[in-house]
Amino acid sequence: MKDLFAVVMLSGIYSLLSACFFVAMNAVDVAITEASVGACISTLLMLTAITMTGNCKKRDYHKPLTALLVVSVTGGLLIYGTLDMPYFGSAEAPAHVHVAPRYINDSFQETGVVNMVTAILASYRAFDTLGEVVVIFTAGIGVLALISASPTAREDATSGAANHSMHEQHLSLRITTKMLLPFIMLFAFYVQFHGDFGPGGGFQAGVIFSAAIVLYSMLFGLRTARRVINQTFTKLFAAFGILLYGSTGLISLQNGGRFLDYNFFLNDPIAGQHLGILLIELGVGCTVASTMIIIIFSFTGRLEDLQNRKNGQA
Amino acid sequence: MLMGLYNYWIVVILMMIGLYIVIAHGNLIKKIVGLNIFQTSVFILYISIAKIDGDTAPILTEGVNHYSNPLPHVLILTAIVVCIATTALGLALAVRIKEAYGSAEEEDIQKKDNKEC
Amino acid sequence: MLTHLVILQVIVPLLAAPLCLFLTSSRLSWFFALISSLITCVISILLLQQVMTVGTIVYELGDWNAPWGIEYRIDKLSAYLLIIISSISTVVLLAAQTSIEEEIPQDRHNVFYVLYLLSLAGMLGIVATGDVFNVFVFLEITSLSAYSLIALGRDRRALWASYQYLIMGTIGATFILIGIGLMYQMTGTLNMNDLSVRLREVDQTRTIFVAFSFIFVGICLKLALFPLHFWLPNAYAYAPSIVTAFFAATSTKVAIYLLIRFTFSVFGLSYSFTALPLQTLLLVLGLLGIFVASIAAIYQQNVKHLFAYSSIAQIGYMVVGISMNTTMGLMATLLHLFNHALMKGALFLALAALIYQTGSVRLSDFQGLGRQMPLTMAAIVLGGLSLIGVPLTVGFVSKWYLVLAAIEVGWWPVAVLMLVASLLAIIYVWRIVEIAYFSPPANGMAQGREIAKEAPLAFLIPVWLLVSSNIYFGIDTRLSVQVAQAASQSLIGLSP
Repeated sequence: MKDLFAVVMLSGIYSLLSACFFVAMNAVDVAITEASVGACISTLLMLTAITMTGNCKKRDYHKPLTALLVVSVTGGLLIYGTLDMPYFGSAEAPAHVHVAPRYINDSFQETGVVNMVTAILASYRAFDTLGEVVVIFTAGIGVLALISASPTAREDATSGAANHSMHEQHLSLRITTKMLLPFIMLFAFYVQFHGDFGPGGGFQAGVIFSAAIVLYSMLFGLRTARRVINQTFTKLFAAFGILLYGSTGLISLQNGGRFLDYNFFLNDPIAGQHLGILLIELGVGCTVASTMIIIIFSFTGRLEDLQNRKNGQA
Repeated sequence: MLMGLYNYWIVVILMMIGLYIVIAHGNLIKKIVGLNIFQTSVFILYISIAKIDGDTAPILTEGVNHYSNPLPHVLILTAIVVCIATTALGLALAVRIKEAYGSAEEEDIQKKDNKEC
Repeated sequence: MLTHLVILQVIVPLLAAPLCLFLTSSRLSWFFALISSLITCVISILLLQQVMTVGTIVYELGDWNAPWGIEYRIDKLSAYLLIIISSISTVVLLAAQTSIEEEIPQDRHNVFYVLYLLSLAGMLGIVATGDVFNVFVFLEITSLSAYSLIALGRDRRALWASYQYLIMGTIGATFILIGIGLMYQMTGTLNMNDLSVRLREVDQTRTIFVAFSFIFVGICLKLALFPLHFWLPNAYAYAPSIVTAFFAATSTKVAIYLLIRFTFSVFGLSYSFTALPLQTLLLVLGLLGIFVASIAAIYQQNVKHLFAYSSIAQIGYMVVGISMNTTMGLMATLLHLFNHALMKGALFLALAALIYQTGSVRLSDFQGLGRQMPLTMAAIVLGGLSLIGVPLTVGFVSKWYLVLAAIEVGWWPVAVLMLVASLLAIIYVWRIVEIAYFSPPANGMAQGREIAKEAPLAFLIPVWLLVSSNIYFGIDTRLSVQVAQAASQSLIGLSP
């Protein structure tokens, strides 16, 4: 495939198809996450990147032999490994017999949350989720370190040229977006707070919220969007999310329990669990939304700088 | 046996396609696309492990007894985050490399590096 | 508070990182990072004391029992590594501010410290945890911050080195993820302790064999074991000097820790060394790594590349120690781990000082530096002596135990080969010494550069701190040997 644009779109379709597969496999939380993250954010980032690096592959540079060797050894090994696996869908597989039954049977009594995935994510294995939030935060900081424009460069850009707003040209898009934005944001909040009762949670909510902001910035220009959502504020908000999460854990320490032990928050353990889960999901949502906005704004900002420089030279 | 394991074999083939793209192609963006496909296929593997015949989504509902295994779902949620984090960082690096070297092809970059040494 | 030290060990740097983002001043960020690292170091010392007296500490997060919740398990090996990582981090941070003022643009300083704290937290998290999926998550935190830190280097080759590291590292991490998934499928648990029990029942299956292979290959990619070492020389050479000093001394140690943990504690001795021909594999790859890397080091023109290849060789030594499958072999590996951390930390910090003063790390530019920068060059020479394994340095102690362990198992050829490799080390260290001390100073005036002065105190203090600990632990070996021996005994003793 020579045309990278086609490659990126196909990759987005692959993510969307796998999201559908996840729904078919009854993994609904995963499906919503994969659809929002893999199909949406990932494709968006790749499209911005290929705009900056070039649309077509220059040459057919291949290392087919090494690749084929590695792939056949790895693939062969994996297929060899599947021969002893429990059959697909079997109910007696060790994975379904050992740890999972307690999650399925007891999680409601112990945490008061209907969505088992949220119960595990936010209570039983809450520390993994802290790690996950820190991973996305690290990526956001890394992207900032690599491609954020230095403050002086941003001030130099002339206001007219930098405002790649399309709204003068696409009136219908502008009106539709303005009508849609509040609903998208509302949906994000719904997903955030309803994660206990249905598919959803902090992570998905954060991504959907950032998608709304990105939509706004695509149509009304990065400068306008930056005036709505300040870069510094977003950075600090991302840090705030992790600190909220960590503080929830530290409060448990202070009240006499282990780290991230919600039973000690209030007198009633179940209410404590609800509060704890609510707080950390909020922390996750804050950090994820801010980080996604940081990443996408950094990429778009770099693209605009590049285009400004080209226009300036031309 | 074929009927019992076909799901896993398809996943393995998808993984190998992704891995092949990463190693064989020279364009930096395409490598990242390949990496993405590789990782997404691993997610499909995990979710296949989680499935039980005749189950439903792991959300407590009236009148349902048979649920899917929720633990792999949790693991994959984290893994998806890791995947997007790596992709974002990789793409940022690719953009910077293109600006610094003038090309996003592995061959060109190595030629320029060899000239310098 | 004492019971919670275990989790505070990781939480302190983990929460310090986003807090650091609020500080805009470069100096303030540095000071904050230094204090956080110091607190982490103190906690790790307290933990080591606790473990040596009480035994393995188990901490259940959220008060959920394993395997339903995540638990932190600190045994002697973990405590040993925690102290190495946090102390190296603190010492390196002492010189960080001065070094990055030259190498990284001012507006990136704050972000640098945030990323530094994140990778510190990530490494501590990998070592402290008792849950395999948690290992994967913290491994990714460490790796992502490493990719970003390396890419902050001045040279544009830093970007390419970081990208290559990203691709290879992510493939490695995904392999580990596949291995974890396969293990979960066959046993149903993610807790290391629980896995070691349940794997006994299923370890004859092909799936577990494949799981082990994937985890092994994934760890080897992170470890830079020959032949998967290609990312390391460029990543270390072009990263900012402080970053190289930090990672050279810590990140590969964490990978060795993972190898030991998975081989001995999770899969168990009896399985690991019979299922895969692990013993032969590790021995051969280790020896090849030692020789190929040492020979490559001899031909390098860039001193950072030289020491990076030397690191790959040292990793080879550590892997050979593991392959022996005896208490003494493992103890030798752990001692060498400690030694290498001190040694490479000192060497790369001294190189950072050199870059700060002269702006170059080409060997040809070292001419006469022995007289112009006496303290810095002396530190490099002592570090080099430790690399070779001269008596009175920690290098001698670890090489001595390695050779003894090889003889104990009857592997005479291996012992001889290790000694031969030390001779190779003499060659590349001698090259540096010769050019620095026995060549006339370069025509600095003609090239428009001033004659180099001695490095500022900010560098000299941490460098000499590390070098003197190197010599101290080389003479008074009781503490390090005691801990290493206790750790290896408990690992092999408890190993199924």
